[in-house]
Amino acid sequence: MTVNHSISDARVSFPSLEQITQVLLLEEYNTRVVVLGVMALGAAAGIVGTFLLLRKRALTADALSHATLPGIAVAFMIAVALGGSGKSMLGLLLGAFVFGCIGVLVILAIRHTTRLKDDAAIGIVLSVFFGLGLCLLKIATEMPSGSAAGLQGFIFGKAASMVASDAMTMLAVAVGVILVIGLFRKEFTLLCFDEKFSKTQGWPVMTLDIVLMGLVAIVTVIALQSVGLVLAVAMLIIPAASARYWARGTASMLLFAALFGCLNGWLGATVSALVPRMPTGPIIVLLCGFWFIVSFVFGRNNGVVVNQIARIRLNRRVAMQHLLRAVWEISEREQLETVGVKEIVSMRSWKKVFVLRQLKRAQKKGFAKKQSEDVWAMTPKGAHEASKVARNHRLWEVYLINYADIAPSHVDRDADMIEHVLGSDMVQKLEALLDSVHDLKSPHPVGVDS
Amino acid sequence: MNWTEVDTWIVIIGALCAAGCAIPGTILVLRRMSLMGDAISHTVLPGIAIAFLVTGSRDPTAMLIGAVVVGLITAFLVQAIQTLGKVEVGASMGIVFTVLFAFGLVLMRQAIDHVDIDPDCVLNGAIEFAWFDQPIDGWGIPRGAIVNGVMLVANALFMLVFYKELKITAFDPSLAKSQGISPSFMHYMLMTMTAATAVAAFETVGSILVVAMFIVPPSTAYLLTDRYRTLIILSLVLAACSAGLGHLSAITVPTWFGYSGTTTAGAMAVATGVLFTIAWFISPKQGLISRVLREVETRAHILREDILGLLWRIEERNQVGIQTDELPQLLGTSQHALRKALRRLLKQGTIQKTNTDWKLTEAGRSRATSLIRSHRLWEAYLDKHYPQDSHQLHHAAELLEHVTTREMQSALGSADVDPHGSPVPEDSENE
Repeated sequence: MTVNHSISDARVSFPSLEQITQVLLLEEYNTRVVVLGVMALGAAAGIVGTFLLLRKRALTADALSHATLPGIAVAFMIAVALGGSGKSMLGLLLGAFVFGCIGVLVILAIRHTTRLKDDAAIGIVLSVFFGLGLCLLKIATEMPSGSAAGLQGFIFGKAASMVASDAMTMLAVAVGVILVIGLFRKEFTLLCFDEKFSKTQGWPVMTLDIVLMGLVAIVTVIALQSVGLVLAVAMLIIPAASARYWARGTASMLLFAALFGCLNGWLGATVSALVPRMPTGPIIVLLCGFWFIVSFVFGRNNGVVVNQIARIRLNRRVAMQHLLRAVWEISEREQLETVGVKEIVSMRSWKKVFVLRQLKRAQKKGFAKKQSEDVWAMTPKGAHEASKVARNHRLWEVYLINYADIAPSHVDRDADMIEHVLGSDMVQKLEALLDSVHDLKSPHPVGVDS
Repeated sequence: MNWTEVDTWIVIIGALCAAGCAIPGTILVLRRMSLMGDAISHTVLPGIAIAFLVTGSRDPTAMLIGAVVVGLITAFLVQAIQTLGKVEVGASMGIVFTVLFAFGLVLMRQAIDHVDIDPDCVLNGAIEFAWFDQPIDGWGIPRGAIVNGVMLVANALFMLVFYKELKITAFDPSLAKSQGISPSFMHYMLMTMTAATAVAAFETVGSILVVAMFIVPPSTAYLLTDRYRTLIILSLVLAACSAGLGHLSAITVPTWFGYSGTTTAGAMAVATGVLFTIAWFISPKQGLISRVLREVETRAHILREDILGLLWRIEERNQVGIQTDELPQLLGTSQHALRKALRRLLKQGTIQKTNTDWKLTEAGRSRATSLIRSHRLWEAYLDKHYPQDSHQLHHAAELLEHVTTREMQSALGSADVDPHGSPVPEDSENE
């Protein structure tokens, strides 16, 4: 890597507005072909990828796509040996498909007959098949007839070389894949979530698995031309993984994954058509990554922001309930209306600042009011809330002592955690249970339901 | 074939590179993290590209730092997406490394006019040209040999210093934790070594084939041995062998078909695969062949015991004996297997042939008695504890009788008759 020019030459040159609209509206024939083909591929990959992801086979697909390389080389060699030019796309893809399937079978064989686990099996197949592919490719470039130069394009993808018939193939395959998934959606879903149950229900689990991996192989193979075999797996799993942050069920996950796949295909093909030196495959994958980050951060299920907000809310509620119970316990012990901050601080491993902040929050909610400097009292509303928390705590303590045989000195901590999540129906159940038994042992008076 | 000094150096560089990779690879395979090696070796590419774009030079230190930093970021992101985003670990790796690799490709494409880092180097490495890059005049040692040699030594030191820690974390992470070894420290340490090794190997075998160097020789060794120390040594040997075998076949095999040769790095990967396949077949304990042999032997053993049992039951019913041509039907087996079993039994002196009839000898009777005793004790036991259809009882006992030892017999309790009413024979050797 020697430097010939200044590095700053590597700047991206931005297209004009006219160019952008031209590409976005698919006015140019070549772009139209690429964009439509890649969009169809994106949708199919997203849909198949959903099940791949749920079945936890993401990296098996990676091995599969790497294993297609020797297949391409072999198909080319056979075609040349038979006197053709080796340029038949269908033949090359058939070879890719066959070797991809062989790769998956070898993974299964290694896993079932040795003590190596999935990870090693996948790594072995991926790297050895890929190495074999490179060797054969090198030899293929030396073949007297035919031109193997185009074969390298399958590794990193070469969308620009796509022609209308390729796009039509992609479209047809995408429709076919979507139809198959649509037909067997219920079966595949059960296979992913509860394999054993579907086995006991008498479903052909093995066949379904083969069909699923077959679909994965087909989608991978048609992705080779545009995205390339190193990155094909990204189109399968990333849209599906992004979809999981938005979907509320398998059907909507499939829909979201297809949409993400389509969107990434469209944007990726567009960007690479507009900006020079932007390879389509990597751009699509980067876009997949972009939408994944957006989903990962802002998604409504398990998105980082949503989870963080939920956690902060829970922490706040727990802190408030602890404060209320502490105040309530002090006033119960001292038989006083007012409580000093110092006393509250001593109830737990609290800092004074924290307690003061919580007291201010309690004041805002109308649970407590300030009497004088460092002296606080509970409002009737606060007392009601506090007695409820204390009651939950003590009910649970009684339950643990009497039913779980836990020593009275140990129940406080367990009850401390559960008191915040006891719903009213749970409290009713506990009361019913504890009412039916007399002579309950309890460290405190349980308190009456107010 | 025309072997020159260049070829020797190619093999030396390849061997150093493969051996250097095998050390962290062993731990990766044992910890079931092989694919982390895969992910990190892919992300070396953006690391190198970023280092190049930032420093504007081909400074090896900058590239090493860039690749290691991106490697650690990979490890961190995989864990973050897995835990924060609740994504299965395989998918999380797939997401991280494909996106980073794509980023590397775009960067490379952007800088391609200014850099001679080309897609071919990413794929095949440049081991064939390593000889021509000799940094120190007069030494005659190519840079690739120095880089990979240094990495091998560094990895060996890492292995020696953390020998115990690596061993415990590999086999029992929770024990390691209770011993005060920080799992996350060891994890990131291993990831650092993996990334550094991958970047050292990048120029030799490329970004993807290095996965073969990481995973395949240790996996092969894992099929051949149960001992940690042997595993490491064997991985190193296998790695070095695949380098030699790889280069040799790269320059010879294609010439048989009239081609000039092929890529050495690719052939090295294939060579690791070939060695793996051989081990897969012939490994003494876990190989496919020994498994098949064991199964065949077990089947033959069961057949022989079934013959003894059959003859015993015939004696019990006071029938005269049995003729050879009746046996296959009674035992549900082929003529060939049967003849082999009978020959073996004759040799053991457990049966004898009088005219056309087969009969038990004294020794054979004793063995058969024990067998029938096991069978009927099992039937009695199963009937008592797991009442079921009597036909099923027979099937279960038929399987269990072959693996029942004398101790197990006494543990099964005593019964005088089995559920079908046949007497349970006394153990002849106890009398």
